[in-house]
Amino acid sequence: MSAATSLRVLLEQAFPDAPVLEVVDRTGGGDHFQVTVTHPRLAGLTLVDQHRLVYDALSGPLGDGTIHELRIRTRGTG
Amino acid sequence: MTQLRTRIDELIKTEPVTLFMKGTPQLIMCGNSERALRALREAGAPVTAVDIMPDPQIRQELSALSGWPTIPQVFVGGELIGGADIVQELAETGELEQKLLESLGEGYRGRAVEKTVTV
Repeated sequence: MSAATSLRVLLEQAFPDAPVLEVVDRTGGGDHFQVTVTHPRLAGLTLVDQHRLVYDALSGPLGDGTIHELRIRTRGTG
Repeated sequence: MTQLRTRIDELIKTEPVTLFMKGTPQLIMCGNSERALRALREAGAPVTAVDIMPDPQIRQELSALSGWPTIPQVFVGGELIGGADIVQELAETGELEQKLLESLGEGYRGRAVEKTVTV
């Protein structure tokens, strides 16, 4: 499984049935990612708290060095 | 708290705007730190920069304190505002200037001085 696919699996677990869920390997090197998530779980939260939920979902690959750089864009729905 | 963590905590609470970055404003070592600094400069923020690279402990203690895993990290008035993506987004919507105005008061742009400190 590519790193991008494993990130997507983790995000799908944290944000099930997300209207928008994208993982882009920015450099093709499998360690610089852009993730975009829109999900009701994010609604009403500050951007800091929205990003914290993404960091929580990706704590594994963030902790083990799989992710060298992560860009995040989040939105609540509704 | 370790001595280093206490020092970081004091800095965040006493400096109007603190940017923890890779490198310094004069020698930026990371594109994300550059994005955050640019957004802050454009908003006229008085940036106090801290280079996390001289000692891995700085990043460790900072993340333990903030609960934020990545660099850069921006604090305004003691509060974590976010990393590069959030600061850039807030700058684009005008919310960053609004936050600086609320925290620093009218005319903050004219008083903005950029400096680099060590921890």
